[in-house]
Amino acid sequence: MENELLIVLLIPLLGGIFSLFFWKDIKSQKVIFLISATGLLLAATNLMVSVLDEGVITLQSAGWEAPFGISLVADYLSTFMVLLTSLMGLAVGVYTLGDMDRARMRFGFYPLMNFLLFSVCGAFMSGDIFNLYVWFEIMLISSFVLMALGNTKPQLEGAIKYVTMNIIASVFFLAGIGVLYGLTGTLNMADLALRIDSVPQEELITLAAIFFFIAFGVKSAVFPLFGWLPASYHTPPVAVTAIFAGLLTKVGVYAFIRFFTLIFNQENLFLDNLLLFTAGTTMFVGVLGAAAQMEFRKILSVHIISQIGYLIMGLAINTKLALAGVIYFMVHIVIVKSNLFLISGVVKRLRGSFELKKLGGVYGSHPFLAILFAISAFSLAGFPPLSGFWAKFILVKAGLDVQDYLIVAVALVVGFLTLYSMTKIWNEVFWKRMPDQDEYDKKHPPVKLWSMAPMMIPIVLLTALTLALGIFGEPIMHFALMTAEQLQTPEIYINKVLQISE
Amino acid sequence: MEDILPFLIGGLYAGGVYLVFHKSFVKLIIGLIILGYASNLMLFTISRITRGAPPLVPEGATTLTEPFADPLPQALVLTAIVIGFGIQAFAIVLIKVGYRIVDTDNLDELNTTDRLED
Repeated sequence: MENELLIVLLIPLLGGIFSLFFWKDIKSQKVIFLISATGLLLAATNLMVSVLDEGVITLQSAGWEAPFGISLVADYLSTFMVLLTSLMGLAVGVYTLGDMDRARMRFGFYPLMNFLLFSVCGAFMSGDIFNLYVWFEIMLISSFVLMALGNTKPQLEGAIKYVTMNIIASVFFLAGIGVLYGLTGTLNMADLALRIDSVPQEELITLAAIFFFIAFGVKSAVFPLFGWLPASYHTPPVAVTAIFAGLLTKVGVYAFIRFFTLIFNQENLFLDNLLLFTAGTTMFVGVLGAAAQMEFRKILSVHIISQIGYLIMGLAINTKLALAGVIYFMVHIVIVKSNLFLISGVVKRLRGSFELKKLGGVYGSHPFLAILFAISAFSLAGFPPLSGFWAKFILVKAGLDVQDYLIVAVALVVGFLTLYSMTKIWNEVFWKRMPDQDEYDKKHPPVKLWSMAPMMIPIVLLTALTLALGIFGEPIMHFALMTAEQLQTPEIYINKVLQISE
Repeated sequence: MEDILPFLIGGLYAGGVYLVFHKSFVKLIIGLIILGYASNLMLFTISRITRGAPPLVPEGATTLTEPFADPLPQALVLTAIVIGFGIQAFAIVLIKVGYRIVDTDNLDELNTTDRLED
């Protein structure tokens, strides 16, 4: 049982180390990455099967019992996130076979991708807050290098902002850990959850919660801490942006969910209102920011912010249905958003630009690609029966159930504005005529989509997943409800980690 | 000692924040490093300072007797310092390369990626 958990971490770690041995041999690095990403997907699926059976699986590293050693914990939420991570890792890995420049591959692109997957999986399964900090730092350093790799001017500008904000977030994270340790004398999340109830100084708990709020808020790009995201996310190559968009901000959201359902789950009006306020403003500011942009990748990346708002909204409402909505929204947004980025990479290959003004006519030349985009884009905007509709429907329903009409209104308006951004891309990139199409066609021979098979395969598969998620959403929703129930009864997690028999 | 440390930590936080608000790359990095030190020091002092009492079980006894220094924050700080060192090394290289390629030392001029249109 425990080994299944360990294998998930070992595969990408070994993949990263082995590809370092083949530093100059890019072909071997590619093969190693594909093997490790496939292996990770299989291991994560295997772990999921066991977790569905067991409920929670724990690994006490080196055999030290729970509050003293470092625990690795896989419950429904963690395993689900690990599975999503491995899926995105493989999809983006296949995509890079068709779209990644040699210069970046020569300077360790594949080892870094391995280490990124390693650290993200580790962060999802850590059962110890200091260990979580360490995983975060590994993730940061891999993402810093991936962000700056290539040394182009926009990348370095973005990277400086990204690095600065994230170092500040780490400072807050450490301070929060310090305050919690000072109050409770433990770092194990399960033990913390038990002991924090008997801490008399309520205001210090709130202080620690705010430290963590800022740390995770920067990572998940909530209002008003998202400044680094629009400045940096569109600068690296599309494959890097796709994996960042799929994983990094979601790690922040995962940490939010874990901390605010397990540790800071006391009645605290201030924190509840803070989360709700952040959710609303994040959604709204993000979608307005996206509507103002005129570049394919920038629209998509600013849009990530508004989607984070939906996830926080579910957490802020904090009923079983709302948390299930967060899970469903998570799988929807990871798949759809990364897929849209990958499509933008194909469009760039076909038309040589990301600027909406210079693009056009893709529907005429490549209708299949246009259909793939339309499915993802309208799913993002929330058209029935696509996955985005159900995700938003669940969250809105949960909001109505607790009579939070304001946040529901904001969520609905943001849905409409999302549609505006998506139709803008549709009009400018796919529908209208390209400004100097005849001239462009003369210089560039027409490209067939199948000649870009490594780029197209993940896009087609991810789009199929989006469709399946919308049409056959029942099993996922069932799982999401199970996860929400587990999150709402933290005793299951605590008892399993601390080995308390009921 | 315990009376001085809170002021020292506060001073480090204040100095770090003050430097981060500057426009120069170098001051930004120094500010971030100082902020990191402030957090490390806070983590270190959080479980009280106990002097001259290592957490060692005396010969013949089976348990520790109070007071003894809590070893865990020291281990945490050690880890945090090492990680911080790695991140700072990367950040320093980043600003060096950034300075060469962007050709400015002024953070206010790093605004091209934020613009709506190039």
